[in-house]
Amino acid sequence: MGMTMTQKILAAHAGLEKVVAGQLIEANLDLVLGNDVTTPVAVKEFKKIGVDKVFDKKKVAIVPDHFTPNKDIKAAEQCKYIREFARDKEIENYFEVGEMGIEHALIPEKGLVVPGDVVIGADSHTCTYGALGAFSTGIGSTDMAAGMATGKAWFKVPSAIKFVLKGKMNKWVSGKDVILHIIGMIGVDGALYKSMEFVGEGISNLSMDDRFTIANMAIEAGAKNGIFPVDEKTIAYVKEHSTKEYKVYEADEDAEYDAVYEIDLSKIRPTVAFPHLPENTRTIDEVGDIKIDQVVIGSCTNGRMEDLRVAASILRGKKVAKGVRVIVFPGTQNIYLQALKEGLVADMVEAGAVFSTPTCGPCLGGHMGILAKGERAIATTNRNFVGRMGHPESEVYLASPAVAAASALTGKITNPENIA
Amino acid sequence: MKVKGRVFKYGDNVDTDVIIPARYLNTSDPQELAKHCMEDIDINFVKEVKQGDIIVADKNFGCGSSREHAPIAIKASGISCVIASTFARIFYRNAINIGLPILECEEAVKGIDAGDEVEIDFSTGTIKNITKNETYQAQAFPEFMQKIIESDGLIKYIQKDLV
Ligand code: SF4
Repeated sequence: MGMTMTQKILAAHAGLEKVVAGQLIEANLDLVLGNDVTTPVAVKEFKKIGVDKVFDKKKVAIVPDHFTPNKDIKAAEQCKYIREFARDKEIENYFEVGEMGIEHALIPEKGLVVPGDVVIGADSHTCTYGALGAFSTGIGSTDMAAGMATGKAWFKVPSAIKFVLKGKMNKWVSGKDVILHIIGMIGVDGALYKSMEFVGEGISNLSMDDRFTIANMAIEAGAKNGIFPVDEKTIAYVKEHSTKEYKVYEADEDAEYDAVYEIDLSKIRPTVAFPHLPENTRTIDEVGDIKIDQVVIGSCTNGRMEDLRVAASILRGKKVAKGVRVIVFPGTQNIYLQALKEGLVADMVEAGAVFSTPTCGPCLGGHMGILAKGERAIATTNRNFVGRMGHPESEVYLASPAVAAASALTGKITNPENIA
Repeated sequence: MKVKGRVFKYGDNVDTDVIIPARYLNTSDPQELAKHCMEDIDINFVKEVKQGDIIVADKNFGCGSSREHAPIAIKASGISCVIASTFARIFYRNAINIGLPILECEEAVKGIDAGDEVEIDFSTGTIKNITKNETYQAQAFPEFMQKIIESDGLIKYIQKDLV
């Protein structure tokens, strides 16, 4: 019996010829990541270990993104604590406000992950880098501490579910709709503990930005990781962003899968996840009349160039509906700058949106757009749990940038096909 | 490494909220947490549990939040091992990382009843039901994981190698 793509990467990093699902292994790490919420706890554990260095100054990344620019004194203290740690340990990939971005948008852009890598991050959406054909997964602060000290982590080798994508998405349908559709189909624990491997000829019709969005939300189906095969688009992306050496792994022909789903991309409709779980999906045709108070466009799920381009194309020359607050937050400083150069920022601000510096901000109800009791937002983020964006009695609807932007113009959840 | 004890048995989806209710999370002191371990599903657990005892449960043990407090409370209460059909992913990691041994073994979960006397050998993965005179086989811990458990958690384990 052969190995899946994930199993091959793990075997190679554990120095083993072969691994099987369920096996416990210890693997070498190519990158250990943390943010301003999880790193302080990890640093405390790291200090208990008593080593004076991290295993490799180039292979640790710390990104203060959740409550930055510092939201309050507590946030400022936490950031100070990890900034000093990064300085003290000479960690090369510490990204200060001004050069930072939302970690999962920033790390690939900085070229810190390439195909074949094994990455752990003390943040559940670390699974995003599967888009590049790497194995990456979220872990706890203790794991991060140990990873920084040793360059190793233990894993239980996952089995996998295969998603065979075919065909091409229609206009106004994007990676976000594909992953929401899949989560709606298999549920929030549909891939518990497993890998989600996305394959098939339809992959070639997905941009890198689409793939990042899809891999980002693998955790929302309970998966350990999501992973894409490496093709020309991946290679082009890696060459543009990184000088690191990469390695391409392919699943064996006789790899075993717990389940196989075929998905025809041409049949997927713009999709919305209703409160309070990402699995509560409906197609845009079944949404009905849902009034909204706030629109959030951005995050590690949908804060990339294509997302901003689509949103701006819908908002350009029009006006946001009266009484609706529209907040746009790009993934990184580079994305911000590119959006400025392309005139997208002006388009959106002229339409009546606000444009934020990169931050997690509203995505986790941290700052920059908290909802009051009874308020409703449509967001391009990845979680719509109870109280995720503010008051426990507020509501978040998850959708693509196109649906979010169209909704901004009407004040209710709207099909972009009817606007543009 | 071997452990032996009496079994407390539970069903599916024992979540982190019943293992240690959120109202007690204002402390991370293991002994304080242990005082309230399992109290929302088994009020007698804390009174009856003895050093070395074993929890056996069915599917998805430890689902819910990522709080490391849950395995800490179980370990501090004296439990020497949790056997379940399956564990929630983050609980699984957290348990190993703080040095609480856990085993997945459906066969054992079917065979073992509350109150049975059970002996576990981590190096072979063998689970012996002394009361019923039965044996079940779980996957053995690989060497490094046995070392993590023996060292009382990941941090102390790597300390040995590094310092
Ligand atoms: S944008 Fe949201 S989901 Fe992404 S890392 Fe930040 S808080 Fe987490």
